[in-house]
Amino acid sequence: MNIVCAGISHRNAAVDIREKFAVGPHEIGEILARIRRIDGLAGAVILSTCNRVEYYTASVCPLRVMDGLRGFLQERTGMEDAPLYTHDSPASIRHLFRVASGLESMVLGETEILGQIKQAYAAASGCGATTRHLNKLFQHAFRVAKQVRSETQITRGSTSVGAVAVDLAGKIFGDLSGRTVMILGAGDTSERTARSLVSRGVRTVIVANRTFDRAAKLAGDIGGMAVHFDHWQNTFDNVDILICSTAAPHPIITREKIEPLLGRRNGRPLFVIDLAVPRDVEPSVNELENVYLYDIDSLDQIVRQSLDVRRAEVVRCEKMIEHHVGDYVSWMQNHSSFLA
Amino acid sequence: MEGHLLPGATFCLLVSFGYTLFTLGAGRFRAGPVNLVAILGGFLLLTIDLRLRGLAQGSCPIHSLFDVLVFMSWSTLLVYLLVGPAYHLSLLGAFTSPLVFLVLLFAQLGPVGHPATGRFTRDPWVEFHAALTLIAYGTFALAAVAGVMYWVQDRQLKGRKAGALLYNLPPITDLGVANARLLWLGFSLLTAGFAAGFLSGMQVNSVKFLASAVIWAGYGLILVLRRTHHLPPRRTAAASILVFAIALASLPAIQYLSSPK
Repeated sequence: MNIVCAGISHRNAAVDIREKFAVGPHEIGEILARIRRIDGLAGAVILSTCNRVEYYTASVCPLRVMDGLRGFLQERTGMEDAPLYTHDSPASIRHLFRVASGLESMVLGETEILGQIKQAYAAASGCGATTRHLNKLFQHAFRVAKQVRSETQITRGSTSVGAVAVDLAGKIFGDLSGRTVMILGAGDTSERTARSLVSRGVRTVIVANRTFDRAAKLAGDIGGMAVHFDHWQNTFDNVDILICSTAAPHPIITREKIEPLLGRRNGRPLFVIDLAVPRDVEPSVNELENVYLYDIDSLDQIVRQSLDVRRAEVVRCEKMIEHHVGDYVSWMQNHSSFLA
Repeated sequence: MEGHLLPGATFCLLVSFGYTLFTLGAGRFRAGPVNLVAILGGFLLLTIDLRLRGLAQGSCPIHSLFDVLVFMSWSTLLVYLLVGPAYHLSLLGAFTSPLVFLVLLFAQLGPVGHPATGRFTRDPWVEFHAALTLIAYGTFALAAVAGVMYWVQDRQLKGRKAGALLYNLPPITDLGVANARLLWLGFSLLTAGFAAGFLSGMQVNSVKFLASAVIWAGYGLILVLRRTHHLPPRRTAAASILVFAIALASLPAIQYLSSPK
């Protein structure tokens, strides 16, 4: 028995090609039924995400199945020269384990892919399209992904400015529910960051913008309240997280301005996220007790550090994966039969 | 076997300490079951050691500086095991084990004398006073550990360092709360311990009384200033480390003055 994988991904195909290959949830059953007619193909699982479309099949004659899959995909997409890749065992097994572990993802180490593989496997299993070898393969892939995540740092840190800001807020406040965010200057990045914080439980969002209408619109969109820009200090006492992204040419938050306001906060920490260029917040504000200031460069640096840490972990992940590929190949050799 | 209990407990804490250092050095700091198992092992061995020496002495085994240091180490681990789950158990343990390891090492290798021998007269109030006071010291030790963790996390956040420590240490707000609550718990136990001392009618050397009163007042002052928001969490953490260091350093003097001459 052999495992054959055929597909395309973000690495070798642009989105206009990937969308032709995409398989919607409502099509899975029909397509599985069609490819199971390929001579020598015993079972299949179709993984279709925004970054990859892959067919994992169990077969006793891999070359015939690869040709069959190519033919089917050419017919389905109408593309004669699609950049399709094909692997057979053990490369196909290694590939699935790498995909499940996030090593093949656009953002290295992302974890959403594992849930997508689980869904793909459940869909194929529900259609009766999996075999003993595929069942074992996918269960093994889930175990590999879990081990790689728990024993390496491949998922360490965050890979976007918004996500880093949310992580840092968590490291300052713990539970974000009940916290209050103030946005000074309603820019796109500040809006995205505020939305990320709201999704993590932030209760109140206050928006202050030079153009009040823009503040009111953003506040309406994210369920917050708008205040006039000149009055932001009046509502500052309850603010836990301050996001600044105005177009002001000089710092609008200075040490002299904020220090008296801190005295009224009963020692509660303040997380200041300065997304503006030129900066809105004087760097010396970070020296104040209980104030943690991050500008766009420091957030970006953390993103880069996270990616560096993840990249440095790839070799360890590959070693683990190689060990599991060996295990699965051994199992397959001991359990090969035409009826499997 | 009795002679191996204390070295065994020290070794367990060394394992926890070493594991923390190793994971820190490898940039993969993540205190896990290793710390917990090592600390549990150390705690059990210390419990057996104290039990056996208590039986031999016919009273709570706190009659020499050596005894006091061992008992305080035990009480630190006890408080950690009781309150740790609320504040990321394994991480607090990773920071607690070095402290207890060093205290135990000092008790065994430092110039602190030996375990008290012979049988002692039991006075329940005096024993209650001494035991409660040492458990309070154990709680203050843990407050100091939480204070150190607070400082480390504060440095990580202020310095914008996204290292393994930042991601694995608890949120700084939680550390501040843990620090303050442990101070309150320790202060309550110390107050109760002193009250038991007064009730026992024991004769107390004036220098010992003064040293104890200064430590009690020090912790009391920290708590009052914290309560009235005059002492921010970072300074509370620093003060808890400082006062504990003074309390620890004054232990030999207090013990010397308490010993029968």
